[in-house]
Amino acid sequence: MMIGEHLTKQYGRGDATVTAIDDMNFVIEQGEFVGIMGESGAGKSTLLSIMGAMNAPSEGALIVDGIDVYNLGQEQRADFRREFLGFVFQSFHLIPYLTLEENAMLPLATIRMPQRQKRTMAREALAAVGLEGKNKRLPHQISGGEKERTAIARAIVNQPPIILADEPTGNLDSRTSGEVMELLQRLREDGTTIVMVTHSLECAGYADRIMQVADGRMVEATGRKETTAQAA
Amino acid sequence: MTLKQIAIQNLLRRKGKAMLILLGLVLGIGTVITVISFSDAVTGDINHKLEKYGANILIVPRTENLSLNYGGIQMGGISFDMQELRESDLTAVKGIKYAKNIAAMGPMALGAVRIKERPVMLAGVDFEEALILKPWWKIDGVQPVAGGLLAGAEAARVLGLAVGDSVTIAGKKQSVTGLLKPTGSQDDQLLFTTLPAAQDLLDMPGRVSMVEVAALCTACPIEEMVKQIGAVLPGAKVMAIQQVVKGRMETLSQFKKLSFGVSVIIILIGSLVVLVTMTGSVRERKEEIGVFRAIGFRKQHVMRIILMEATLIAISAGIVGYLLSMGATRVALLFFADNPHVALPWNLTLAAGALIMSLVVGVSASIYPALTAARMDPNDALRAL
Repeated sequence: MMIGEHLTKQYGRGDATVTAIDDMNFVIEQGEFVGIMGESGAGKSTLLSIMGAMNAPSEGALIVDGIDVYNLGQEQRADFRREFLGFVFQSFHLIPYLTLEENAMLPLATIRMPQRQKRTMAREALAAVGLEGKNKRLPHQISGGEKERTAIARAIVNQPPIILADEPTGNLDSRTSGEVMELLQRLREDGTTIVMVTHSLECAGYADRIMQVADGRMVEATGRKETTAQAA
Repeated sequence: MTLKQIAIQNLLRRKGKAMLILLGLVLGIGTVITVISFSDAVTGDINHKLEKYGANILIVPRTENLSLNYGGIQMGGISFDMQELRESDLTAVKGIKYAKNIAAMGPMALGAVRIKERPVMLAGVDFEEALILKPWWKIDGVQPVAGGLLAGAEAARVLGLAVGDSVTIAGKKQSVTGLLKPTGSQDDQLLFTTLPAAQDLLDMPGRVSMVEVAALCTACPIEEMVKQIGAVLPGAKVMAIQQVVKGRMETLSQFKKLSFGVSVIIILIGSLVVLVTMTGSVRERKEEIGVFRAIGFRKQHVMRIILMEATLIAISAGIVGYLLSMGATRVALLFFADNPHVALPWNLTLAAGALIMSLVVGVSASIYPALTAARMDPNDALRAL
């Protein structure tokens, strides 16, 4: 379970202070698929980075499975990210000189584990996203959809309980977007919590719940049916 | 996938950057090793040549003698209490701390004899050692064995001696086996024979008048050697021929200073090349480092990747630098050394030095870029989140 308590994030000082997140409260249950929507500059990416243990809030607390994340030291937070979180980035952020298998293995690089076991886990993750047989390819040798799926394989390889996705279909066509969303949906059915920032109502339709953000504040929370109706 | 594999894969992918760092280090390390090995080779050669100047330490019996000799005019001397120098005592010199620096030690028995009614100085020497101490000697005929004489050029002219002539000294017949070509030194005035023959003819059994010593002093203080010899020969007066020694040491010192100065500058340039290239590389990899940090790499993991890359390049640079420097030294010797055939052996110590130096320069110049990488805020690095 992830709990945000009075989260506030401000940048700058004095008159130049900008409030990106303003006293935000939320609870995300284990196994929930939550979409975060809002206009550009609304604060959704800042919120996701706070949820990702990478951007300390100015005020408030983020509690995940009873751990007050921002009470941890920087290195402990790195350990937390490795154990609890999987990231899927809009721009994929695959390492260009590593094969798909090696990219998928990255989160395991700092873990003491036999190399063979790491390889098996990476292959299973790639197979789970439909990329079996393409293990040895480099990122520039595959399509955008395959890159996104590799990024998802990397996010799930160590089976984290939470996946944070930042516009995972932002660079994909509608057919490929659908495939990626189906993939995230399957992960959610397996019990993984998914938090996804998106502009797309179509993608938001896959979420159990939508957190609508405007001017750094949570303005509305809607269920799946309402969102699907809006998308239609 | 391990951190080491990430480092290796990155180097293989970014061959251009890796080669630039390698080149910077190879140039730095190679130049330093070239300068050192060239300096060592030339120094050895100079030292060898300087040895040709002859003895640089003189051992004479301790005496209260006041010399009445100035500008080549000999007025005789007044001797009080002259001590003997015994040939058997000289073995003690071989036991001093710097004994291995002694290239040659030539005992000499000196005394006046009369030949054809003329007084002449007879010198008994160990010809094997004498030829090392006086490599400029050129002999017409052969060097004497027991009972033979080698006549200095001036002595032969004044006494009218030629190879094959016989003379009588102290009632014993001696034949002239060789003539010494003019040397321009006092040797031209002397007659030489073997040390035992001279001791017999001069009635000084087991005694010597003086000892000439040639010391190889690239790494030893000559004054220290003088002290050590003086300590084992208390009845002797040991003197360093300062002019030769000082000149020799000064030449070597100049070479070392030059080598050191050039080395420091080259190493600084090599470090800067590594620092600038590594820092640029880290900036280019901002996104990649952001991903590492986001997925749970600790700061030390990121540092380890950067430093591992630097270590791998530095090891290669150390090996390549040493091999290239040996080639460069051979070429440099051809152009800049008086003797292009100076020995240049493979030096394991220097090779290890090159490797260590490369590692120290490569890794230390990469610490700042590695710290910069480790301190990168994953949020800033990625921006997408």
